[in-house]
Formats: sequence, C-alpha cells, structure tokens
Amino acid sequence: MELSLSAYDSGDHKVLEVGGEVDVYTAPRLREKLVELVEQGARHVVVDLSRVEFLDSTGLGVLVGALKRLRAVNGSFGLVCAHERLLKIFRITALDRVFQLYDTVDAAIAASGAGTDSPA
Amino acid sequence: MPTVRLSFSPAPAHVRTARLVGVAVARRAGVAEELLEEVRLAIGEACSRAVALHRSHGLDALVDVAMADGDRFTVRVVDRAANGAMVHRTPQDEAVVLLSDPALPLTTPPDLLAEEAVAARMGLALLAGLVDDLNVSELSEGVGTEVRMSWPLERSSD
Repeated sequence: MELSLSAYDSGDHKVLEVGGEVDVYTAPRLREKLVELVEQGARHVVVDLSRVEFLDSTGLGVLVGALKRLRAVNGSFGLVCAHERLLKIFRITALDRVFQLYDTVDAAIAASGAGTDSPA
Repeated sequence: MPTVRLSFSPAPAHVRTARLVGVAVARRAGVAEELLEEVRLAIGEACSRAVALHRSHGLDALVDVAMADGDRFTVRVVDRAANGAMVHRTPQDEAVVLLSDPALPLTTPPDLLAEEAVAARMGLALLAGLVDDLNVSELSEGVGTEVRMSWPLERSSD
C-alpha cells in the first residue's frame, strides 16, 4: 500500500499520521514532511505509526533524523506504535532506547506536554 | 538450483517488487506463515542495502536476487559494489560477527549518525536480528557482496 501522510494540530503538538509502507522508496516523502513541519515551526511532534504496514531501516533513519532535528530546537519527538510487528523492529535495532514509544497519541502528548515545554 | 531469479536496476521503487516476489515464492515453497513477515523485511533490507551500495558507487549494474527451495528456502541478493559490510551468522552460532564495516564505526550512538548511516547500520542490525542463517560475504568472482539468507520449510515443496 502507498504511503499516506496526514498532519493535524493537538494543542501545541503536531501529530503526523503515517499509513502504508515506509521503505527505501517512500521514506524520502516522510523525511520531506517532517522537515517541513519543523521548518513551519512545529516543536512538539508526535508521529503516529498505527496504520503503518511496513517499516524498514530507511524509515528508521528518517525517524532518527527527525528526532535530531527536534532536539536541536529543544523540541520533543514521540512515536505511537502499538503493533508487535513494528515494536520488534525497534527492539532488534535497539532504537526502543533512543525513541519515546507510546501506545496512543494521547499518551504521547501527555508525556511530552508534562515535561520540557512548560515555560519557566 | 534457483527456482526464481530476479534482476532489477538499482532503483528504490523496485525493492518493493522484490519483497512481494520474495514473499510469494517463500509462501509457495512452504515457509511457515508466521515467518513470512520476517522474510519480507529481510529481503527488503538486503535489496535496499544493495540499491544503496550501487547508488553510492554510481553503479548502474543490476541487483540480482535468486530464490531456491531445497532443504531450506534460500535467498541470495548480490550487489556489484566494493566495500560492503561483512556479516556472518549461523544457526549454531548465536553471536553475530560484523567482520568489517568501513563506513560505520560501531561505537557511535545511532542518534549521532547521519540518516543514511543510521539506515545502513539498522539494516544490518535488522538482518542479523531477523535471520538465523545469515551470511554476507565478498563474491568469489568479481567485485561485490552476496547476502545469503535461509529459512526452514514447513513442508516439502511441489
């Protein structure tokens, strides 16, 4: 299935819903979208992978790139991923220790909202 | 002898085709249904790796995929690039040995690497983590590497 990307606002978070296959062919479109969101000012980004049917190492590379971009601007980056099929990929690559992984979008927003973005 | 062979120009769009063909052949060969997702991911990673190597070396040569069903379902993905990473793992040997990987120092945390380097390293990590019987070696003839993977068969193929 083709890649689908759909972004919406939830409070001060930008949520990007990703669906279909994220692979060496489609990952550049995901990268472009994430770069665009950060360039447009998004600082707290949640990527919802719930409807992703396939994710490969190229997709993982793009997600790591987004994490770095948001860290550089003191933002936050969370992933929503509840499917065992995808969680296994994060475990094998040890990226479950690099990313914040959540079961739901609400949990991801609650976790990052409670932390770094409150004004001093 | 290979039962199915596939050669494709090193374009990312063709990797999906290779995955689809690979899973179809694996299913027909008798690989257990619960292993097919791993087969799909592993063939995709091996082909992505080959495409990335060809593109980084400016090679137009075709990537070759050969699938055979004998005692096990075996997939070989062959690239024509120099300096690919070597990996060796066998079902008897739990440890994965990364014999050489000139581009990627293994001590660098993934979040400090460039995206392409993350993808390359994670691709190898996924292959090593998914496939019990994995061997990445230099071609005996000519320049390039071969990723060889195999999976058990549930039943003998017809």
